[in-house]
Amino acid sequence: MTRRGARVVAELIRFSPLSFSVSVLGAAVFAAATVASAVVLGRITDQVLLPTFADGEVPDDAVLWSIVAVFAVTAIKAAGVVTRRYLAALTSERAQIQLRTRLLDSYLGLPMAWHQQMPAGQLLAHADNDTEITTEVIHPLPFSFGVAFLAVFSAVALLIVDPVIAVVALAIFPALTVLNRIYSKRIEAPAAEVQAGVGRVSSIAHESFDGALVVKTLGRAAEEETRFVAAVDHLRARRTHVGFIRAGFEAVMDSLPSLGIAVVIIVGAHRIRAGAMTQGDLVQVAALFTVLALPMRVFGFFLEMVPPSVVARQRLSSVFDEPIPSPGQAMTTIGDGALGLEARGLSFRYANTDTDVLTEVGLHLKPGEVVALVGSTGSGKSTLCTLLAGLIPPRSGQVLLGDKAVESLQPEARTEALALVFQESFLFSDTLRANVDLDGSATDEAIRTAMAMARIDDLEAEMVNGLDTVIGERGVTLSGGQRQRVALARALIRRPRLLLLDDATSAVDAGIERQILDRLRAELQATTLIVAQRVSTIELADRVLYLDQGHIIAAGTHQQLLTHPGYRALVSAYEQAIG
Amino acid sequence: MSLDVDPAAAPPTPETAAQAMLPPVGLDPDSEATPEGALKVLRRGLAGSPALARGLAVTVAMGLSIAVSKLTVPVLIQRAIDRDPLPDGTVDIAYITWIAVAAAIVVVAAGFTSWFAQRRLVERAEAAIAQLRVDAFVQVHRLSIADHNETQRGVLVARVTSDAEALARFAQWGLYSWTIHPVVIVGTFVVLAFYSWVMALIVLAAYLPVLPWFKWLQRRQLLAYDDYRTRISQMLGRFSEAVMGAAVIRAYGLESRTRRRIHQSINQRAQARMRANKYMAMVFVTGDVLSAVAMAGVLIIGISQRERLGLNGGEMVAIVFLTTLLQGPISELGETLDQTQTAVAGWRKILDLIDREIDVPEPVDGSSLPGGALPVEAEGVGFAYRGGPPVLQDVSVRIPAGANVAVVGETGSGKTTFAKLLCRLADPEQGVIRLGGVALDTVAPASRLASVRMVPQDGFLFDTTIRENVRFGSPGADDAAITAAFESLGLGWWADKRSEGLDYEVGERGESLSVGERQLVALARAALADPGLLILDEATSAVDPETDQALTVALRVLAQGRTMVSIAHRLATAEAADLILVFDHGHLVEQGSHHELLRADGVYARLHQAWVGNTQRLTG
Repeated sequence: MTRRGARVVAELIRFSPLSFSVSVLGAAVFAAATVASAVVLGRITDQVLLPTFADGEVPDDAVLWSIVAVFAVTAIKAAGVVTRRYLAALTSERAQIQLRTRLLDSYLGLPMAWHQQMPAGQLLAHADNDTEITTEVIHPLPFSFGVAFLAVFSAVALLIVDPVIAVVALAIFPALTVLNRIYSKRIEAPAAEVQAGVGRVSSIAHESFDGALVVKTLGRAAEEETRFVAAVDHLRARRTHVGFIRAGFEAVMDSLPSLGIAVVIIVGAHRIRAGAMTQGDLVQVAALFTVLALPMRVFGFFLEMVPPSVVARQRLSSVFDEPIPSPGQAMTTIGDGALGLEARGLSFRYANTDTDVLTEVGLHLKPGEVVALVGSTGSGKSTLCTLLAGLIPPRSGQVLLGDKAVESLQPEARTEALALVFQESFLFSDTLRANVDLDGSATDEAIRTAMAMARIDDLEAEMVNGLDTVIGERGVTLSGGQRQRVALARALIRRPRLLLLDDATSAVDAGIERQILDRLRAELQATTLIVAQRVSTIELADRVLYLDQGHIIAAGTHQQLLTHPGYRALVSAYEQAIG
Repeated sequence: MSLDVDPAAAPPTPETAAQAMLPPVGLDPDSEATPEGALKVLRRGLAGSPALARGLAVTVAMGLSIAVSKLTVPVLIQRAIDRDPLPDGTVDIAYITWIAVAAAIVVVAAGFTSWFAQRRLVERAEAAIAQLRVDAFVQVHRLSIADHNETQRGVLVARVTSDAEALARFAQWGLYSWTIHPVVIVGTFVVLAFYSWVMALIVLAAYLPVLPWFKWLQRRQLLAYDDYRTRISQMLGRFSEAVMGAAVIRAYGLESRTRRRIHQSINQRAQARMRANKYMAMVFVTGDVLSAVAMAGVLIIGISQRERLGLNGGEMVAIVFLTTLLQGPISELGETLDQTQTAVAGWRKILDLIDREIDVPEPVDGSSLPGGALPVEAEGVGFAYRGGPPVLQDVSVRIPAGANVAVVGETGSGKTTFAKLLCRLADPEQGVIRLGGVALDTVAPASRLASVRMVPQDGFLFDTTIRENVRFGSPGADDAAITAAFESLGLGWWADKRSEGLDYEVGERGESLSVGERQLVALARAALADPGLLILDEATSAVDPETDQALTVALRVLAQGRTMVSIAHRLATAEAADLILVFDHGHLVEQGSHHELLRADGVYARLHQAWVGNTQRLTG
């Protein structure tokens, strides 16, 4: 624990060494001023108060000087304490900024596969509580350093007065070490459980609030409460346990100096009788021991904070230790105009299963071609789209964009060349403008053109603040079709050379969908892969790929494929129903 | 020496901090933080957590004994070492030992009392905070869908985590400090008054300015901490967005934009914290300066008026000693005040959530819906989303029990809103909805949930197996019933297609399944339940046509003996319905059977023609 604690502390200090050093200086000034104020009061008593009361004579300027001294010492003390606290807080805040920035880099840099495994609530808990607790150890630290010289000073002074009593007095330090070891050992596991417990509470809350609609429609609020109560109760029990251990440690740390001084006085009395020291020495020893007690107490506070900080930092390591894959390095240009797309032998399965979603999928889209991808629910269409877009790596096989392997491309090159529009449209809680123009670089005209292409141009007029209306979470609620079209406009504004539409217009009325697709074909002239259900959409395509249970089992024009019984049954279901 | 300061972020004045600092984060009411606010929070908070106030007398008594021991020990030690030497010039070992042992006993006793008192406080505070988290959690699920849509997930999560954590941290130290230090302060004053009440009054007078000053400071501090907590929730909201939107961020190369946005809120949080720390610094300076004033007062008056006060040298030394003794606890209280402010700010955010008015309140003594198929009646129903334009206007319709109804209309026609009103995800602003003759807003929630089941378009799944997700529809259903539910929908093939079968883990939000597959799971849930009114809100929108058709047939069988209202995405659903309701721009414009409506040659006929045109071009 000591070594791990030292590592955490060293890391935190390295984030902001200057503010930390000045904070330590402030602490030292404060400690020195505390001793000075005792000295000042002692001298006022001896040289002003007692003579005055004994003789009845008041030395005029003595009172004045006493008061000046009291104020001066107080001012130094106040400056010291403010410097120490403010800069310790600053050090801690800077460390938090650094840690959160690293978390952010990990969250943004780690692959999708990692995100699919991590509950969102846990990731929030890392950015919140774990970071906070990790850096809390900084607060008592400057004071511990700052008062260290007091410990040295009083130890040396004690040694000069009487070596025997010094040994007795300093025995308190080994005692402190033993105590700390016991405390650290006992508190480590429960403190780790507390941090994990906060993470669990956060995960459950996040998932539960995320599924609020389902919870409501299924009437599951009571069950969700039960689940949450179990996690909260576990956290409460663990935290209470930690509180008890800390209360015990606290009480012992608080009593130790007073007990020490009682022992020192008894030993001192014997030393006086043995003639090794005078009574005046004993008074001095008691005073020195009081000085010694301060750093000890402060150090105790610090030691108390170390284990929680270490376990919280360990939780952050679980994110930091994940290697962030280095992005591809290939040049930012891949030819120009519409892009060809080729896939060879693509296989994929999700991490938590042993069933392939895609098996040996091969396909080839010529530049400018519009191809429909048709398949029944769960046949792997969406997975194929995410693989083709390079969002997740295949288990085997390769995706070529133009003639470049998709994973070898710089991310900028990839995202500039292709756009994937998802079936579920994710809107940022930001303005309509920012949701369409994600880079913030487009003109209003370009935004309006993209929105017109996606047939969502009337939205601007409907909104109170036009393009500057906030939509998404905490914004204006849009219908499913509107959301999809905003997401589509977001893709179109980039003028992608390869467009992957994953059932991206499913909530849009059929007539409007057709207008959109016609216009895309005429104006964008991008290579396009459309996951489609409607015959009208499929018909717009040059070619159709029929995906069944992870295999492409047929390809050709819509007319050609109609001879395939499975395909025919799939796409003509409504026609059959109409009869 | 500063953080990466955003030049735009000016320090807040109390006037501006509460308003306008931020874009709205949702559920962050614009209430002003005032000193009354802090007291109100405490009163409201204690009323909500009676455990905190219970046994206060015992706690104070313990605080008193700890304080007394803190005062006696230095006095005892002083006496031991200041004892005059014995006549033979050596020390009285027996006397010193006796005093030292007495002091040690007092110390140990005080240590145990303090340990015990702390344990009590921790136990109670943790219990109270756990309850507060649960209360907030329950409240979140009582909020309307409209409230949810307006609030970032991360912000709501912050209420039950970050804000509660702030309170928990305070509870472990702050409460202890609030009980111990005032007792020490009062005790010291009493002893001081025992030596000289005039001197006690002088010291008191010196410390008196602390009250208005702290009050002023406290108000600003609370505002600063309120702002700080808002920034935390904003930061968490943005983190949450980055995590939930991970796929979009990667697909569109939005990493740098997202990094910029979150980094900004990370910095703003830190700046808000440092602004709050500024006030803490002022508190410390105050304590020190006033202690110096008190000491100066004691010295000046003590020396100049010594005869009138009748003090001797020893008494004067004691008074000076006691005056210095006051400074520690007063500084500690200043720090405690600071901790209290951050806790109060968090507490208030939680209490504001808990006290938030519920849009769709459940009736106190709700009535029950009749069993079996439910007739539905809407009378003059109108609805608008929070200050928005009307979404539904004057909708009146009667749906007979057991009917199979399709609701059609263009995007934005109000058909989904109509479905939401039927299962009371919102209440109409005008008019009334009756199920089985009972006004929907008077129905007890348990009865409503048992009799009305809605399958939403968004097939959100919990992070567990397919099987458990289906079971959520009817807790207690056995595995055979779950398998049968898939079979009854003709989805046995889908249930069997993975080697894990129904034990397949669906991942966060169900994302290891496709959107269409999630809808299948949601339908299986509905098939397992036995509602009198089944509402399908485009529940098969992402399902392939063949499966969709098979489901339409299966659902018709399933709907025997119940009323079924389908918000139709594809008009194939409508053709088979007993009754079709056609919505257009918020009005119910047509109703009737497929053939009646085709003959009427209105909105429905137009919609149908467009749909057929999109479907029937197989042979070109």
